[in-house]
Amino acid sequence: MKEKIIEKILTLLAFSAIGVLLLITVFIFKEGLPVILKAGIKDFLFSAKWAPTKGHFGILAMIISSLAVTFGSIVMGVPLALACAVTLAEFCPPRLLVFLKPTIELLAGIPSVVFGFLGVILLVPIIREYLGGPGLSLLAASIILAIMILPTITSISIDAIQAVPLLYKEGALAMGATHWQAIWLVILPAARSGVVTAIILGMARAIGETMAVIMVAGNALKIPSSLLDPVRTLTSTIALEMGYSAGDHRTALFAAGMILFIFIMALTILANLLMRKK
Amino acid sequence: MVTLRAPVAQSDRASDFESAGRPFESGRAHQKFIGLLPQFRGGCKKRSFLMRFNQFRLGVTLFLCLMALSCSSKNFTHSQALTIAGSTSVQPFAEKLAEIYMDINPKLIINVQGGGSTAGIKACREKVAQIGTSSRELHPNEGDLTKIIIAKDGIAVIVHPQNPVNDISIEQLRGIFSGKIRSWSRLGWVDKPIYFVNREEGSGTRDAFESLVMKKGEISDEALVQDSNGSVREIIANNPQAIGYISFGILNHQVKALAVNSVIPNLTTIKNNQYTLTRPFIFVLPSQPTPLASQFVDFVLSQEGQQILEKEGLVGFQ
Repeated sequence: MKEKIIEKILTLLAFSAIGVLLLITVFIFKEGLPVILKAGIKDFLFSAKWAPTKGHFGILAMIISSLAVTFGSIVMGVPLALACAVTLAEFCPPRLLVFLKPTIELLAGIPSVVFGFLGVILLVPIIREYLGGPGLSLLAASIILAIMILPTITSISIDAIQAVPLLYKEGALAMGATHWQAIWLVILPAARSGVVTAIILGMARAIGETMAVIMVAGNALKIPSSLLDPVRTLTSTIALEMGYSAGDHRTALFAAGMILFIFIMALTILANLLMRKK
Repeated sequence: MVTLRAPVAQSDRASDFESAGRPFESGRAHQKFIGLLPQFRGGCKKRSFLMRFNQFRLGVTLFLCLMALSCSSKNFTHSQALTIAGSTSVQPFAEKLAEIYMDINPKLIINVQGGGSTAGIKACREKVAQIGTSSRELHPNEGDLTKIIIAKDGIAVIVHPQNPVNDISIEQLRGIFSGKIRSWSRLGWVDKPIYFVNREEGSGTRDAFESLVMKKGEISDEALVQDSNGSVREIIANNPQAIGYISFGILNHQVKALAVNSVIPNLTTIKNNQYTLTRPFIFVLPSQPTPLASQFVDFVLSQEGQQILEKEGLVGFQ
């Protein structure tokens, strides 16, 4: 009897979480769709002119910036994170692993403002001095994001590598493969779906990150033509302009949020599909 | 997990491989598990009863404390509160005024919040705040609210202290922000690119800058964008080739204010309109303001209130 009640309560709680998600989705679409229909989907998605107080709602520059920043962080972050995961899972003595893995996971707990602040104080002047441009740039944002997604990708990859049956490794070693050959040719391919999931979750974090990006990206509304150009992502636009927006401007921000939502949704679904494949 | 798997893995492995470490580990873990279980089961009922009793006592004590607190606080004050919300440019000055006004009226609590001019006006209309603050003029569709100009603020054009340029004309400023003047050499310095910092769309300071400087022209989308006076100042203070604009009241030694059309911005030039880049700071009230709000506005407009504003770097409205 008691068991039944608790079961019901838990089910209810689980559904309420889904309910909240559903409500958020409905709300975002309800607020965002009218302005997209008003401006026309083509003008909304494929125009780079964003001046919502004057009736221009093109978010192309932001979509490109968001994708560029995410791509940049993946290019820099993934090799680093994978190297880290392989080292920790394969080469590191277990005692050190017990200490190192939580340390890396702790990196995920550092607030993004702190990353942004470090970026502004340390990274931006270095880029300005040695590479040119205003310093606040696509490159700075990508580097900061690469560091931020490092813990996510590393810890999920470690789990994926450790989940590969020991038999595989032993088989490879027995065939005369070196340790590295076993990792590169057997273990990593076997852990592939888990690693790809880790990368996709890292991407979702990178594309959704706001505060750190606002601080180091420079937020110019132009489509970037080089790594040193300032960029403005979808999330930055929403956070920057939210406070002063009214009317169509406000709904246009919801529309930008809608596009972001669709991006992240797609990434998450992809990650789930890949996980199931395993 | 490890403990369960270990013996199995052991059996089909070469005997010398890790055989010394694991059995000991798994054995200990088992013992711990078995040892813990009955203890836990036995202690369960007693402990939960004790805990429940303690919780009950704690709850009653807390409740009594709260009762006592709420009673006593009712005797002290009549919980008068005033909320002011809006422009981040006006916020530091509203805070200062509120602080001094609360010293005079100790019973009163004033909350000053930021959020932006539009948010402030909206909060005022929705009665979330009794007073809204704005650093931009009201739009025509906001005509149901009363606007009170409390002070005049200059918009200072700022550069890095190491930048040798001291004077700029409105035309040059327009050229820079529309992206036509791209090098500092056009302003009599070295041939280095100009990085200009803009405020975000919808900001009151940007609104004022656009109408005073850009006239009908548009600010180039190459501009860096920051969302507060403070962060614009921070960018300029760190980059010798940057130029931007901030509220005169926020100016400090980190940056250098340029003379615009040969007029240096200071309290006198702003007051007598020689310095042309100025804008009003506004309090917005609903058509029927609460008595508390009206009293506070009266205080701000009084000589004392205006003096406080001047001391903080604004120019009082006469």
